[in-house]
Amino acid sequence: MVSIRDMPKEELLLPGHAACPGCGAMIALRYALKALGKRTIMCVPACCTSVIQGLYPHTSIAVPVLNIAFAAAASTASGISAGLKARNVEDVTVLAWAGDGGTYDIGIQALSGAAERGDDIIYACYDNNAYGNTGIQRSGATPYGAWTTTTPTGKKEHRKPLELIMLEHNIPYVATACSAFPDDLYMKFKKARKIKGPRFILILSPCPIAWRFPSWSTVEIGKLAVKSGAWVLWEYHNGKLEFTGWSKLIAEGKLKKIPVIEYLKHQGRFKPILKDEKAINEIERRINDYWKFMKALKEALK
Amino acid sequence: MLGKVKKLGKKTLVITGNYAVAYAAKSARVEVVAAYPITPQTSIVEKIAEFVETGLMNAKYIRVESEHSAMAACVGASAAGARAFTATSSQGLAYMHEMLHWAARARLPIVMAVVNRAMATPWNIWSDHQDSMSQRDTGWIQFYASNNQEAYDTVIQAYRLCEDEDIYLPAFICLDAFILSHTSMPVTIHDEEDVDKFLPKYEARHWKLDVDNPVTNGNIVTPDHYYEMSWSMDESMRYVKKKFPEICEEYKELFGQWHGVFTKGYKIDDAEYVIIAPGTLFEESCVAVDMLRENNVPIGALKLRVYRPFPSEDIISVARKCKMLITLDRALSYGFNGPIFNDVRSAIYGETGTPVFGYAVGLGGRDVTFNDISSIVRDATLKLEKGLHSSFVYYGLKVGEK
Ligand SMILES: Cc1ncc(C[n+]2csc(CCOP(=O)(O)OP(=O)(O)O)c2C)c(N)n1
Ligand SMILES: [Mg+2]
Repeated sequence: MVSIRDMPKEELLLPGHAACPGCGAMIALRYALKALGKRTIMCVPACCTSVIQGLYPHTSIAVPVLNIAFAAAASTASGISAGLKARNVEDVTVLAWAGDGGTYDIGIQALSGAAERGDDIIYACYDNNAYGNTGIQRSGATPYGAWTTTTPTGKKEHRKPLELIMLEHNIPYVATACSAFPDDLYMKFKKARKIKGPRFILILSPCPIAWRFPSWSTVEIGKLAVKSGAWVLWEYHNGKLEFTGWSKLIAEGKLKKIPVIEYLKHQGRFKPILKDEKAINEIERRINDYWKFMKALKEALK
Repeated sequence: MLGKVKKLGKKTLVITGNYAVAYAAKSARVEVVAAYPITPQTSIVEKIAEFVETGLMNAKYIRVESEHSAMAACVGASAAGARAFTATSSQGLAYMHEMLHWAARARLPIVMAVVNRAMATPWNIWSDHQDSMSQRDTGWIQFYASNNQEAYDTVIQAYRLCEDEDIYLPAFICLDAFILSHTSMPVTIHDEEDVDKFLPKYEARHWKLDVDNPVTNGNIVTPDHYYEMSWSMDESMRYVKKKFPEICEEYKELFGQWHGVFTKGYKIDDAEYVIIAPGTLFEESCVAVDMLRENNVPIGALKLRVYRPFPSEDIISVARKCKMLITLDRALSYGFNGPIFNDVRSAIYGETGTPVFGYAVGLGGRDVTFNDISSIVRDATLKLEKGLHSSFVYYGLKVGEK
């Protein structure tokens, strides 16, 4: 494990960006860029990050950035990677940095294509469980029961397990991460950087605005997501699956999972279901199923 | 002159328009190809795949999963500083629409072949210009080829034009479905080494994704900046008017081929009536012109080689010298005539009072023969004699007009 003190001091996400206070996505981007370093080219589809960069002629990202259409993060990254290779530019990481809407929903076709083709890119999705940019509409990542402006009485469907869909693409590296654990996230990007081919990292990024919690609680909420087992940290590499961080401790029985209500109750977005025992049980059932599946998968891949 | 041409590494092949385009991508040393199949374009990207996989062409080939991704990948590759190419038709072009704006606004000199095919619904794979005309306002330079040699030469000329420091806009070259795409004709192909002299390696002097000189491209701009950015694209379109004539002259010097610049006239010097048409409609018009001239009809034809930027100057100077213009549109602007007819009228407005008679022809690939064009000319002549000034009609309509 790496400590924050061992990470590069240089900031590639510059101060003065336009993110909301407590933005989980920017914690993730800050450490992702520290891990990837200066020889990185980013491509960003429509999402909160398109705004956060700041207004032309300024920018708050110190590596080259190409902003691109909502559905086009992966395909554009593939093009950048091919263009660099055509010009023999070596040792540059191409990073597609997209939100959950741009990944689970409108961008999944391009992402799946890039993964199947084996294109040499890192695709990172910061998952704030909703369309943040357009004012919090539901996405394929929004969890069951959560309020959004298009699910005002709570979402009736569970999220799409995108990380497993990507794992099924048989690509060299797939990982989940969380903004509340920058050390774990940093290590995963560091590792991904050294691997060739398509790499996918899905980062749970708590959003105070969409999830309805105070802006100083971002890290705390992220920790509760992992501690309750609602978000599981894992890494798939060389055909092996490993739990990481607190999820590893949970898997090994060294840390006791807390009831999911402890995670949900701090977030205004779950108000529609907080007192609905059936709904809470349904969320617990889904968490347990996911864990059961992941443990079996880890065994199967041993 | 001839001696110079003889020394070139060149060969003449009897090939389809699609293969001519594929050979052009090879001659132009395209570095990244991202493409998706669609009839009748498919054999372009198949041929390029063959070139790449047999080592005849040194390019990265991204076999994308859609045309949206094809253009997005071209945008990425071009932004990384490489020469990018793709080809599509009809539904594929429409599917790219969002990315067409993106490529032009990011000022990326991507070149694409568009094999003109009708838009669904219903399904129809035949020649029709609705697909490319619908992309008129995306900021792409538009060429229409009238034979396979022109398709080949125009791809190479387009790269030279688009990569000019004062232009940096993308371009597409249109070929009529089947009439060119699948019809074989002799095409002279030049070696890459010779084309290099005309078309040097692409260098992005305006901007590119470079880790040693990081820039952010495309983040939010206020109306203050956006307005001038749009204006500057139009400025570049105007600059095309200055630059392209020189490029065509130089190409002729080196390779001996001449297809005109923005337009090319056929027997227009003494013509009282002039047919204006793009692509193969022009070629067919030339046959009609010869026939009609045998009956002493004082007619000529003008090829609309470039549709954007629109060659208003050429049209005005032809209009000034003749008594009537006849336009042929293989597309419609539903609710307001055909696009070429509208643009021709708009171009001459206030410059000359020459009557313009417009005809919709060949929609969905309906055959347009020299006989049809002769009938059109007779119809227009009658209108002119009646003192009419302008009209737009559907030639050969099989249902009654209301
Ligand atoms: C084709 C298209 N459709 C819709 C939009 C509007 N739009 C911009 S960002 C966005 C949502 C982005 O959500 P997500 O990917 O989760 O990123 P976040 O905003 O949460 O960071 C939408 C719907 C768009 N820009 N392009
Ligand atoms: Mg989101």
